[in-house]
Amino acid sequence: MRDAVLVIDLTNYSYEIEHRPDLFEKWIGGTGVAVQLLKEHMNPKADPLGEDNVIVLATGPFTPAYPLASKTVALFKSPLTGNLGESHAGGRTATSIANAGYGAIVIKGQSKKPVYLVVENGEVHFKDGRVIWGIPDSLIVGRIIAENEPGRGTRTMMRIGGAGERLVRYACVTTETYRHFGRLGLGAVFGSKKLKALIIRGRKKYLPADTKKFREVYDEIYRTAIESDAMKKYHLLGTAANIIPLNELNSLPTKNLQSARFESAEEISGEALAEHNLGRRIACSHCPIACIHLAALRIPYENEPYFYKTIMISYDYELIYSLGSMLGVGSRDGLLRLIHRVESYGLDAMSTGVCLAWATEALSKGIVSEKDTIIKLSFGDVENYLKAIDYIYEQPNEFYKHLAMGIEHASDVYGGKDFALTFGGNEMPGYHTGYAAHLGYATGLRHSHLDSAGYSIDQKVRDLTPREVIDRLISEECWRQVLSSLVVCFFARGIYTSDLISRAFEPLGVEISEEEIKRKGEEIYKEKLKLKVEMGFKPENLRFPKRIFKIESLHGKLDEKFVEEAKEYYIKKVREIIG
Amino acid sequence: MKQLVVKDIEKCVGCGLCMYACSRKFAKRPEIGNSSSAILAVSLSGFERGATVIFCRACTEPPCAQVCPTGALKPKKGGGVVYIENLCLGCKYCMDACTLNAIFEREDGKIAVCIHCGYCSNYCPHGVIAYEEVEV
Repeated sequence: MRDAVLVIDLTNYSYEIEHRPDLFEKWIGGTGVAVQLLKEHMNPKADPLGEDNVIVLATGPFTPAYPLASKTVALFKSPLTGNLGESHAGGRTATSIANAGYGAIVIKGQSKKPVYLVVENGEVHFKDGRVIWGIPDSLIVGRIIAENEPGRGTRTMMRIGGAGERLVRYACVTTETYRHFGRLGLGAVFGSKKLKALIIRGRKKYLPADTKKFREVYDEIYRTAIESDAMKKYHLLGTAANIIPLNELNSLPTKNLQSARFESAEEISGEALAEHNLGRRIACSHCPIACIHLAALRIPYENEPYFYKTIMISYDYELIYSLGSMLGVGSRDGLLRLIHRVESYGLDAMSTGVCLAWATEALSKGIVSEKDTIIKLSFGDVENYLKAIDYIYEQPNEFYKHLAMGIEHASDVYGGKDFALTFGGNEMPGYHTGYAAHLGYATGLRHSHLDSAGYSIDQKVRDLTPREVIDRLISEECWRQVLSSLVVCFFARGIYTSDLISRAFEPLGVEISEEEIKRKGEEIYKEKLKLKVEMGFKPENLRFPKRIFKIESLHGKLDEKFVEEAKEYYIKKVREIIG
Repeated sequence: MKQLVVKDIEKCVGCGLCMYACSRKFAKRPEIGNSSSAILAVSLSGFERGATVIFCRACTEPPCAQVCPTGALKPKKGGGVVYIENLCLGCKYCMDACTLNAIFEREDGKIAVCIHCGYCSNYCPHGVIAYEEVEV
């Protein structure tokens, strides 16, 4: 089992490699191991943008042994919520970390000057980053480094754009151009550490314990992935396939959730994008699915006849929701230009869209003025939203400085809390399906729709009691700790069942029963919850924006009492779990 | 004779499944990782321009074999090379000689080069590469 942990100290420009079989045996890898490493290395009271914040990147035991184990978990203290930050990304990050020989990488301290890091097996190179610091476009940063650093095909290149440098609290870290450690502001943590990029490359090998079984299990996973229906949705239209069904179910948040149906949903649907714009599909490393859909957008130069540029833009459901329906943008070209702008600066698309939607409504209600917003924000106005994204990066006045800190914060300053759509301080994902979705955002340990998939419970089951909803959410989230410790893509959750996981461990020399795997999920959930509480999480303080009770969902109008009852029960559960 | 060939390079999604298949090609000693892999999926200076795969195209007059000082690389009938590992010094002259950069350095300093066994083609989910009869 791969058990090396690389600990990098940016304050002293030094590093150490530790072997930690204890951690990887007990906590699997990924999120399980990262929680323990964060506990060891970080003071829970650390300033998220200070020297004491710590970043942990962790991979799992199935990378690069099996397909679809293509993800990396990042854990850190979030500058957006002030609590535990966790985000996952694909690309080539996981396989590069594993092929460089590491199970996890810990980054501590703060550099005095801009740097970028090159990590390979046994070595870390601290490189002068002054020349590339200040380049706001993360795509350009990527190209410059690609031209200057070896390791083509075997490296990952994580970097920040201008938003991370300027500490926008929801800046992301981009990897392989189109994948992101998107949520909760890892980009700002990189920025605060003066870390512009992290390149990891490696060419290592490991030997399975049982050669025959290894090839057999591999083939089983591969065949299931490409031949069964388990991942079909991601092969075809991609996650964007959800736009039309969710719109029809009254579940697509529109214009800052003043509605859950968008009149132009068809225009920006997965079907329409595939028909008119889909230009290419690409894959994360060691994944046969290729779910990354790239739209080709041809843009003319207004004053130069016969002069065009064609840009490739990665789209997914969440981006179409946050920069499309949520902003009332029903033109595909407009939507794609917004996604591209957000991509260039290295912003989290979901938070950016939800922040702009709140600002638009705040302006229309007179809570803020046009003096604050500089331009008139109105739903559907792409040109002004493009400018507003520039302003989030530039922060030319007090208003945009506040908006760059997220709308939990901005609504503390200006008001408009009832329609500030955040859960645990994190801007909401794109599902207004019912109780389970919203309770899931609130109770999920990273306040993500992927924590416990409440949107899926809402679509499958009716008439659950508040307690049943919470129990189901926690149970699903416990299981997902296993998946994110392994770390397999959540899209492959239909393939990686407990039975398969147990059998896949065997050729790697690890005996573990299905029951033991499930129990580990519960233990990891508990450890993460405890860490969250140590970092200041109080379930009593969870806030549900009033807006969600005003708009019809798939479950009709939601009842505040139901949510309050569920919250009370959740508070009790938290006490029970952490003891 | 059969060789690994490119069917449609534009379809490459850069997943690298071929690379990991190459590491598993020997039933008796399959490896996890990419050290011994002789095929590489790369992006074209960023995935916005797509991806491609790099592997030995089985030259009939292989420059890599011509510069090998110890005879570790020998031209194969019909094109390509045979690699005799225990003769290899790890000098890497062959890597410099290959115009495609299709010879790779292993973890132990020796090299990996495609032997045209075709194993990887079973794992290309998008039909980019295939193992086919070619005219010699």
